[in-house]
Amino acid sequence: MIGGLDTLLEGVLLGGVYALFAVGLSLIFGIMRLVNLAHGDIIVLAAYLILTAMAAAGVSLGVATALTILVMFVAGFALQRLVLERVLGDDILPPLLVTFGLSIVLQNGLLLVFGADSRRLQAGAFEATSINLAPGLSVGLAPLIALVTAVVVVTLLQLLFYRTSLGRAFRATADNPEIAQLMGIDQRNIYAFAVGLSLAVSAIAAVTFGIRSNFDPSIGPARLLYAFEAVIIGGLGSLWGTLAGGIVLGLAQTIGGRIDPEWQILSGHIAFLIVLILRPRGLFPAGRR
Amino acid sequence: MTALVNVRALDAFYGDFQALFGINLELQPGETVAIIGANGAGKSTLLKSLAGLVRNRPDAIKLNGRDIGDAPAASIVRRGLALVPEGRQLFPSLSVEENLLIGGYGDRRRAPWNLQAVYDVFPVLRERRSSDVTILSGGQQQMVAIGRALMSNPSILLCDEISLGLAPIIVEEIYRTIPLIRANGASIVIVEQDVARALRHCDRFYCLQEGRVTLAGRPSEVDQEAVRMAYFGT
Repeated sequence: MIGGLDTLLEGVLLGGVYALFAVGLSLIFGIMRLVNLAHGDIIVLAAYLILTAMAAAGVSLGVATALTILVMFVAGFALQRLVLERVLGDDILPPLLVTFGLSIVLQNGLLLVFGADSRRLQAGAFEATSINLAPGLSVGLAPLIALVTAVVVVTLLQLLFYRTSLGRAFRATADNPEIAQLMGIDQRNIYAFAVGLSLAVSAIAAVTFGIRSNFDPSIGPARLLYAFEAVIIGGLGSLWGTLAGGIVLGLAQTIGGRIDPEWQILSGHIAFLIVLILRPRGLFPAGRR
Repeated sequence: MTALVNVRALDAFYGDFQALFGINLELQPGETVAIIGANGAGKSTLLKSLAGLVRNRPDAIKLNGRDIGDAPAASIVRRGLALVPEGRQLFPSLSVEENLLIGGYGDRRRAPWNLQAVYDVFPVLRERRSSDVTILSGGQQQMVAIGRALMSNPSILLCDEISLGLAPIIVEEIYRTIPLIRANGASIVIVEQDVARALRHCDRFYCLQEGRVTLAGRPSEVDQEAVRMAYFGT
């Protein structure tokens, strides 16, 4: 009984990490209809930036993360204005190729600078702390914070989208970029801001996952696959759906892993396929709200 | 008196296809000008050129004496020229009220047009403020489209085929708001298929045919036969 609960809890918490991977991907796709194939590598890059800030500047994990969020936002803004903007158009292939190229550049760049050794973010005592919920049932503080962070991030983004003027501009541009310009919305800045936001969220994803598991320059594409699955399970363009998708994926992997450790990754993919067959548009396809 | 809008020798293109040939047009403050013409005469292209959705030679269009022929659409609406696009083109992800609010995105004046003023002109929209725009009737959608353009507090309002697909009684209701919009300080350009209605509501008109101005003047000063000739070219 307790063992079962333990597995479920662990799955939900893992889902928080996957949801954070996926939110940045979902954000760019929802607003720009752009599939960012470098998303996984961008998360890995952010993890290395946090690591470097801690090692070089000697700052704490929190400060390093805050700095990285800022740096990634600016990098995203620049990436859109200097690179992606030139290839966005009616044809979806050029931006896909550019982000694919970016993925390769990032992987090899990271390999060159940091080497192939796997690293981990050190969170100090907090890493091993756990909370006892019941006799025999405890959760790690770090995974719990990851899930809470995912919920907070999605809540804040929802507030941004549905309660602010900027959010309305995002949604109007997603609906019809040409007509949105007639409202005085500068499409170039809106897109650049969206990519900036996506990369800033990637930095948050990077810290939660860098504490939880090892990373090296080559793991980006695998992270991208989980992110894709979470987005598709949840339904394209819905952020709450993406959070739910991450949790479904996390649960499937944990339950599968409990049955047989070799099944962990596979059962995630199977859950993804089942959702795709039963509900091709995902669990919560985007409508209005 | 200097014209609000001054179009000189405007040639507009869609890729290699030339849609407008040497158009000259003026709009004075407080005027209502109609642009009439058959399908494909270039009426919508002319409005899109004015609004910045079709880019042209910089000096082909002047707004308050400044060249805007190649200015981006977003900067033109901030300079006081708003377009009610053909087919209404509301944002389906936004509610009625959000569609209106997004119209005022770049506007800081909030007067004379704001949510309150738009709801006063179209009371039915107040009742449906949180509705999905896709479930509104055609007439209500057109009201949202006009209200959305007014929210930017334009000095020039361009209306592209605002009667399209609507019942005559609804069209009259919508046209009744034009004097009110003028009274609040905007000049108006209407593009209309229904020539009689257009001539009834304007001070001056331009008739387009195959991308050229074939007739211009005041409705009282031209006879029907001349308009028919300019419209059909036969």
